[in-house]
Amino acid sequence: MAEPLPAAAASPQPPRSLPPAPSTSRAGFAERSVRERMREKIKAARAKAEVTLSQDDHSPRPRRLKNIRERKTEVSLDKVSDSDKFREMQEDESRLLSKVKFRDSVKKMKQKSPVQNDFPSTEEAYNFFTFNFDSEPENGAGAQKISELNEEEEAEYVEAHEEEQEEDETDEDVRLVKDDLFNIGQTAEDLIVMKPADCESYSEQVQKEKEFLFIPSRLTVPTSQKMPGNVQPRYLEDEGLYTGERPFVSPSNQNIVENRILRQEQGKEWFGDDGKILALPNPIKQSSTRPPIFSLEEGIAPELETVYRKAIKMTAANQYFVGPGDFQGPFQLDIDISGLIFTHHPCFSREHVLAAKLAQLYDQYLARKQKNLTKLLTDKLHALRNAVQRRVGGGNAGAPGPIAQQSIPEYKFEIRQTRRLRDAEQEKDRMLLKTIIKVWKQMKSLRDFQKFTNTPMKLYLRKEEVDQRSDEKAYEAEIQAEISELIEEYMEEYDKKMEEYRTELQKWKSWRKAQKSRKKKKKKDLQEEEDSVEDCDLGEEPVKPIPPKMVNNLEIEQQVREKADNLRRKPGEPALIPELVLSGSVTPSELCPRAEVLRREDVKKRSVFIKVLFNSKEVSRTVTRPISSDFRVHFGQIFNLQIFSWPESLKLQIYETTGMSSTTLLAEVFIPVPETTVLTGSAPMEEIEFSSNQRVVLDHEGVGSDVSFSFEVDGSNQMTLMTSGKVSNSVSWAVGEKGIPLIPPVSQQTTGIPSALKNIDAIASIGTSGLNDMKKLAKWAAETKLDPNDPNNAALMQMIMVATSGEAHVPDFFRLEQLQQEFNFVSDEEFNRSKRFRLLQLRNEEVAEFRNYKQVPLHEREISEKLFQDYEKRLHERNVIDSKHYLDARRAVVANYLQKVRESVINRFLIAKHHFLLSDLVNEEEIPSLGILGLGLFKLAEPKRPLKPRRKERKKVTAQNLSDGDIKLLVNVIRAFDIPVRKPVMSKPQQPSKSSRSFNEMFAASPSAQSPTDSADWAFDQVLVRPFVEVSFQRTVCRTTTAEGPNPNWNEELELPFRAPNGDYSTHSLQSVKDEVFINVFDEVLHDVTEDDCDRRSGIHTCVERRWLGCVKIPFTTIYFQAKIDGTFKVDIPPVLLGYSKEKNLGMERGYDSVRNLSEGSYITLFITIEPQLVPGESVREKMNEMLKKFDTQEDEKLLQAAEKYEAECTSKFPSRQCLTTVIDLNGKTVFITRYVKPLNPPQELLDACPDSSQTTAELVARYVALIPFLPDSVSFAGICDLWSTSDQFLDLLAGDEEEHAVLLCNYFLGMGKKAWLIIGNAIPEGQTAYVLTLEQSQYIIWNPSTGSFYRQYDTFCPLQNVYCLISCDNIWFNIQEHDSPVRISFDISKPKLWKPFFSRSLPYPGLSSVQPEELVYQHSDKTAAVELQGRIEKILKEKIMEWRPRHLTRWNRYCTSTLRNFLPLLEQNQGKDVEDDHQAELQKQLGDYRVSGFPIHMPFSEVRPLVEAVHSTGVHTIDVSNVEFALAVYIHPYPQSVLSVWIYVASLVRNR
Amino acid sequence: MTAGAGGPGVFLVAVNGQIESGEFPGFDDLYCKFCFVYGQDWVPTAGLEEGISQITSKSDVSPTTLIWNFPIEITFKSTNPSGWPQIVVSVYGPDFFGNDVVRGYGAVHVPFTPGRHKRTIAMFVPESTSRLQKFTSWFTGRRPEFTDPKVVAQGEGREVTRVRSQGFVTISFNVVTKDIKKLGYDVSPTDMQTSCVPITEGIHKY
Repeated sequence: MAEPLPAAAASPQPPRSLPPAPSTSRAGFAERSVRERMREKIKAARAKAEVTLSQDDHSPRPRRLKNIRERKTEVSLDKVSDSDKFREMQEDESRLLSKVKFRDSVKKMKQKSPVQNDFPSTEEAYNFFTFNFDSEPENGAGAQKISELNEEEEAEYVEAHEEEQEEDETDEDVRLVKDDLFNIGQTAEDLIVMKPADCESYSEQVQKEKEFLFIPSRLTVPTSQKMPGNVQPRYLEDEGLYTGERPFVSPSNQNIVENRILRQEQGKEWFGDDGKILALPNPIKQSSTRPPIFSLEEGIAPELETVYRKAIKMTAANQYFVGPGDFQGPFQLDIDISGLIFTHHPCFSREHVLAAKLAQLYDQYLARKQKNLTKLLTDKLHALRNAVQRRVGGGNAGAPGPIAQQSIPEYKFEIRQTRRLRDAEQEKDRMLLKTIIKVWKQMKSLRDFQKFTNTPMKLYLRKEEVDQRSDEKAYEAEIQAEISELIEEYMEEYDKKMEEYRTELQKWKSWRKAQKSRKKKKKKDLQEEEDSVEDCDLGEEPVKPIPPKMVNNLEIEQQVREKADNLRRKPGEPALIPELVLSGSVTPSELCPRAEVLRREDVKKRSVFIKVLFNSKEVSRTVTRPISSDFRVHFGQIFNLQIFSWPESLKLQIYETTGMSSTTLLAEVFIPVPETTVLTGSAPMEEIEFSSNQRVVLDHEGVGSDVSFSFEVDGSNQMTLMTSGKVSNSVSWAVGEKGIPLIPPVSQQTTGIPSALKNIDAIASIGTSGLNDMKKLAKWAAETKLDPNDPNNAALMQMIMVATSGEAHVPDFFRLEQLQQEFNFVSDEEFNRSKRFRLLQLRNEEVAEFRNYKQVPLHEREISEKLFQDYEKRLHERNVIDSKHYLDARRAVVANYLQKVRESVINRFLIAKHHFLLSDLVNEEEIPSLGILGLGLFKLAEPKRPLKPRRKERKKVTAQNLSDGDIKLLVNVIRAFDIPVRKPVMSKPQQPSKSSRSFNEMFAASPSAQSPTDSADWAFDQVLVRPFVEVSFQRTVCRTTTAEGPNPNWNEELELPFRAPNGDYSTHSLQSVKDEVFINVFDEVLHDVTEDDCDRRSGIHTCVERRWLGCVKIPFTTIYFQAKIDGTFKVDIPPVLLGYSKEKNLGMERGYDSVRNLSEGSYITLFITIEPQLVPGESVREKMNEMLKKFDTQEDEKLLQAAEKYEAECTSKFPSRQCLTTVIDLNGKTVFITRYVKPLNPPQELLDACPDSSQTTAELVARYVALIPFLPDSVSFAGICDLWSTSDQFLDLLAGDEEEHAVLLCNYFLGMGKKAWLIIGNAIPEGQTAYVLTLEQSQYIIWNPSTGSFYRQYDTFCPLQNVYCLISCDNIWFNIQEHDSPVRISFDISKPKLWKPFFSRSLPYPGLSSVQPEELVYQHSDKTAAVELQGRIEKILKEKIMEWRPRHLTRWNRYCTSTLRNFLPLLEQNQGKDVEDDHQAELQKQLGDYRVSGFPIHMPFSEVRPLVEAVHSTGVHTIDVSNVEFALAVYIHPYPQSVLSVWIYVASLVRNR
Repeated sequence: MTAGAGGPGVFLVAVNGQIESGEFPGFDDLYCKFCFVYGQDWVPTAGLEEGISQITSKSDVSPTTLIWNFPIEITFKSTNPSGWPQIVVSVYGPDFFGNDVVRGYGAVHVPFTPGRHKRTIAMFVPESTSRLQKFTSWFTGRRPEFTDPKVVAQGEGREVTRVRSQGFVTISFNVVTKDIKKLGYDVSPTDMQTSCVPITEGIHKY
């Protein structure tokens, strides 16, 4: 047992012969427990020690080796099962046991590796290990044998080692135990073992390394080792399957890997059928994707170097495709035009015609021969026959399967088919041969006839001798076979027919029977029935069937032989093989007749070239080549077309030039675009035929084209030939530098074969036809048996898979926006039905009702229909005029029109709003001028707390980040002058009535003319008036404390909250706030309610009553734009205040005269502002103006430029003064401002009213203008801009702001012959506005067009504060005086130092036509409508008052009402002036003892709402004395053009006890 | 919004997080303001819509970053994902002369998906229109600013501005949503979906 060991151990074994077992042991190595490892270590150390100790001793060595070997196996056992082994280790106490165990384990090991089927079986192994025999295992190869041997050795080692190890272990254990327990009694010597130092010899080391290390060999592993069993390697490549190229690995490395793998268990699984390591084809691209970098310059890193690249033209590839058309550069199409052969040409001679025919036939013959269909079919026939025979024979031998039975008829059928085909082919072959021979004969005869030859064509017929006997035999066999088949066929047919015949006969017989029986009946019957029977007989008497004829065998044979004679070569006859050669000689020209010479010369003159057209554009052309005498043209040119997209068409145009001049297009040929697989180098030459239908008649031997000619002498058998020919060309895709075909990407192909399946949907939806043939393609792919593994086919295979699975559905329609539908997740109808969507859409469109709609509900059901009702109503009403709402049909029309204008302007505005300027987005400081800078420096030196503090500018707040409650309106009520005072009830002051006063009187004369009242006494003992101010804004009311006297001083600040409409604090929303601030002045009256004096003693019961005295209205927009309003305003006091009188005289006496400056009426000083200060939307305004200016205008460009220049000049000098030259009309066009000023006729009615006094007429006119309702543009057009309407538009609309009023008034004054100008200036409280200036008797009068009042130039209470410019009908003057207050300036426009004119000598007035109409036409006032309206308004107001007093009973005093109604026309007549306090007296006369307080309100009429507001603001209804009664009367005075003056007289009455 | 029988009428987006830090090379002692910009269908239900942080200075520990760690906490309810809230951050600090000038504006949408997100916003300031302007604005300490910091959350009108980038601000968000999926808006990323439908399957049906 020991003798083979040294050999095995000493000599290094070749690695390939290593059995797999050791390698597994290696794997199992790691699995061992620590303990075991430790043990091993000790073991190893011990072994080492042993070895060193007894190196010379030979005997322990094999033992040790044994040990090692044993361990190895043990390790391998390990793999079998760890627990097993452990048990083994522990159990194995004795050698014997271990031996048995080992045997078991070996058994197990053998069992475990059945995979290695060339291993010996278990039994064999057992025998092998137990008995010591030398015989080889039967089926093991040499290598295997060695491994077997190794194994054997190892097994022995295992045995030995295990024994020893166990011994050691037990020893050690015992020792350890001893050490632990009894170490006290032991000395150092006992514990220390003296040993020489461990040393290992090199060979030992090598030996040991060999156990652990494995050095794989570099030698090639024989295939047999890699393959399981005796399997022969199979090379797929040889079988024709695509295998792909493997990545390159050096053979030595490959060998190493293979060796390594083989050492592993199941290593063979790594090898494929061909005995190579399984590997995927090389994934590495042929070319490197990253271009190589070459540095041109030194010193620069090649990566950083800039390289010039030509600009790449954007590809047009995406023109047809939506897909990802990443551009890949130019592609190349190589078009090789090698030559041209004419199959007919006008210059052909007759011989040429024949030659061409012959050549054609010969070509055909060659083609047929190459295909050799006859042979193929014959072979097939033979094969089929054999098959049938075999099947029949086989069926006899064994039991014929049903499949075989079934297939025989199929075979037979196929035989018939094939035979028929073969016969046809044979016939064709034979015919062709015959025709060739015939044509050749014709040609020969022609050559003989004309005595010259033109073509070098010669036909040889080669005879091929055949073996007669075998041929005959084959022939006969064939015939016999055919006959038998035919007979069989006929027999079959016969059987079938017989069958048919029998059934027919049966039918016929039964019919006959029926007939007979009927006939019998008929005999009994009478004649008349005969007809019908006859009918029936005629109708369907079946013909007696004829029995089919039996075929005659001889007949068939006859047939077959006849056919064979016709079609086939007779047996023994030599096979004829034609051969066409061009070896013949052409007769030289000298020997030819003249006509022929001419023809030849003509041919020489002719030349041909070809144009190449790509996508119908000529890209190149060949050189012009003469036609050779054999009508062949050789070009041999290759054109490289650099293209960007898949070609649409490729075309060749063949041109012929004759002589020097004419070029004719012979024909056009379309070339198919090559498949992507057709690459340059591999593309075959193709011949494309062309023909031309040109008619050419020649006067020489040439036959011409489209001309009939004949070969016969008698001219019969005429034929006509057209110019035709063949172009031989090849089109292919070029191959790039790196072997990449330069083909446009597949996705670009319209033909789309392996088309981009990635976006199959998109393409399919476009409806390209590329995928139409999917099914066909799939079929083709299946038929051609494409190799599915070839990566070249991958795309195709994938597509076919898709195609066959039926997923690629090609729609039969074309869609323009092919992707649209994919994104529609609901249908359009559903979309439109959705309320939520509609809401969102409307909001997005910024429709007024929905602009600020917050939180659009998520569910349909949460959106109520009501939401849209208003909007729909508005849409609906746009065209329907609702007179009820407006009380007046005309007004409704106007309102409607206004609405439309507003909408159109708003639409424009919305567009403009989304147009931003830098200043809208970025706050940037202006560049400070030097002066400001200096001022700034000066400021630094300023004292910290100056003695005279200056008002600091408040910080402005942009409106965007505001919300409700952030904005407050501050009203500072400072003081008032000349508040009306109470009149003692009983006093009756009589004042002289002044019906008319001149201007002079008005201003010059003072009220001193009035007699001092006699009631000086009550003035002192009684409080004249206890006024307080109440400010109401947006229905919020604030009041001051009560002051005393007619000139009260409050100095109180009132704070009112501001709420923007819809909570929208954007600029344009704020600008459209229509709310007004009402500042009402009230008198607080205390009544003693105690009835008798005895009560008075105990306490005072007073009742507070307040009486309205007057009001000031300031629109919010004014405050918003002005930021602050500071000034003294005239209180709008009704002309009559029952129970009050003006206390002018009193003041007079007290010496306030100078202060009060001769004015009438009461005044109040206010300071109003908004906190925080809002940035007014000026920028929007101006921007809009800018925008609109850019829109259309009809003004001259020069004029506009001049205007711009003028404006710029003016504003640069006086930046605070506005210069207005151009305005925007209602159509949004820019119009020069002077065009608005034009004399116009006021209503005749007004002129007639007071013909004698121009003064009164002027007042009347002003009043008329003032009666036209005021509607600021900024309200109507949502803070957009001033739109100036012409006077007729204004009168039609009956609404406008200051400009329109001013223009109309100015025009009226001009029409009345006055000198009038428009003043552009600043007034309180309107802000920037327009007034009218007239010159009356060398006095300048300033008219406020919106109130109708007028002021002298030096009137301190004139609301006009600043004058900026004056406008007449022909010029503009800008105020360049130092001051701009009307009091301090001169209105003398003739002085250019004071007024800068627009049109001057340098720019004369061009005579601009006016935009105003020639004449204004007025509608007469409609009295009845006014009366009707009057009634309605009265009713509405009464209802309102009752509504406002919900807790009290509202009684109406009819007497009072009627009295009041009488007063009103009078008031209108007097224009509210000078109607004295006789109302009071009158009333008292009528009513008796009542405390009456009330007043008339005068308003222009536009809508009901302002009237209601006005009545409400007076607070008449607030009186809550129990026995109060009310009176209300309305009077409407109609003026022309439906201008209505409304008077409302309200009064409350309390009966005096 | 009343929750109807068929489920919730609004969805909620709760955002917690903080403006963690900023990187503004060359600037120091900065503070930041934040506010939320959201669409018309959004309503903040809880938390602060606006805030202003403390002034933070650089230190040797973090010489490049300015740490604010300024908490954000807000809850929105909405009916419509359009107008998804954006946080607008603007950073201010003293310039050379000690004037308080703007150091950057930036905005980012609150992340859609629930979970923790970290966003780094690039900050920019509007540029002066001319060199002279630039100089004077530098000198006077009144640099161009947006009229409203919320401008940076909108796209409209931005074409008229020129901006310069200044630095970065890092914000972390913790987003919790409620009922979004119930209302048919799927905002969770695909890898979080339980049922993973191959994309191609869906495509072929159309």
